[in-house]
Amino acid sequence: MNLQKLQEKLLAAARLNAPSEQVPFAFEKRIMAHLTRPLADAWSFWGRSLWRAAAACVVAMALLGGWSFRATPNEKIDLGQDFENTVFAALDEHPSLNSYEETW
Amino acid sequence: MESTDSELIAAVLKGDPASFEPLIQKYQPRVFATARRYARRESEVEDIVQEIFIKAFQKLSSFRGEAPFEHWLMRLAVRTCYDFLRGHQRNRETAFTELSELETAWLDRFVVQPDTASESASAARDLVNKILEQLSPPARLVITLLEIEERSVKEIAALTGWSVPLVKVRAFRARAEMRKILGRISRDKYV
Repeated sequence: MNLQKLQEKLLAAARLNAPSEQVPFAFEKRIMAHLTRPLADAWSFWGRSLWRAAAACVVAMALLGGWSFRATPNEKIDLGQDFENTVFAALDEHPSLNSYEETW
Repeated sequence: MESTDSELIAAVLKGDPASFEPLIQKYQPRVFATARRYARRESEVEDIVQEIFIKAFQKLSSFRGEAPFEHWLMRLAVRTCYDFLRGHQRNRETAFTELSELETAWLDRFVVQPDTASESASAARDLVNKILEQLSPPARLVITLLEIEERSVKEIAALTGWSVPLVKVRAFRARAEMRKILGRISRDKYV
């Protein structure tokens, strides 16, 4: 087979079939919608995201509040004492820190 | 009275994006025809054209007005089509399909009597489209511009951003690549 001639024939066939210049209806409107939307979209994206995050935080806060309220229903909570216990818990449990005063 | 391209461009650059719409209306037929040379599916063609105009809008400030707007836009169009070809290269490598009955018949006719196989036959058009899809992106681009659109090497260099010697080298390689594909088809079929 003469590949050179086949190539020329096929390229001639491609030349004869120029692609259509047809444009879908109102295509320019679609592009214009893309061009004029982005700035508003960036702001609305952040707005929507922040509102969603705020709503999720409120829900989490309500759940944790309810849970902590239920966990200690009858005890009187002394916040100061609780805080002190938490801070000094490590000192109470760690053996090396119990002898802290002796080595001072 | 209709505004000229440069008036419309100036208005867009001053902050009136609506002035870009007449430019899209004016040039979209040509841009569609260009995109259809590189993408077969209409959805892909529309995506390419949309990308071209969005890029044109975003880069409009880099248009210096030394050459007609159409030249600047077509350069952008060709480069976007090339990016599309490169992005879809993998799909093309694996998408080789068998020849249809009509294409096989056209080839048979060519083998027996080359002059009777008409270039205007739809089988020839389908066959050349299949072969073009098998080419590497630079080969397809250069064959399309040089052999099908019959542009000069200098024009291709301006459109693609390649140097003139690079266009020549790529054209030489592209023809060889195309003949290799044709050779493979003829071997599979006639040997």
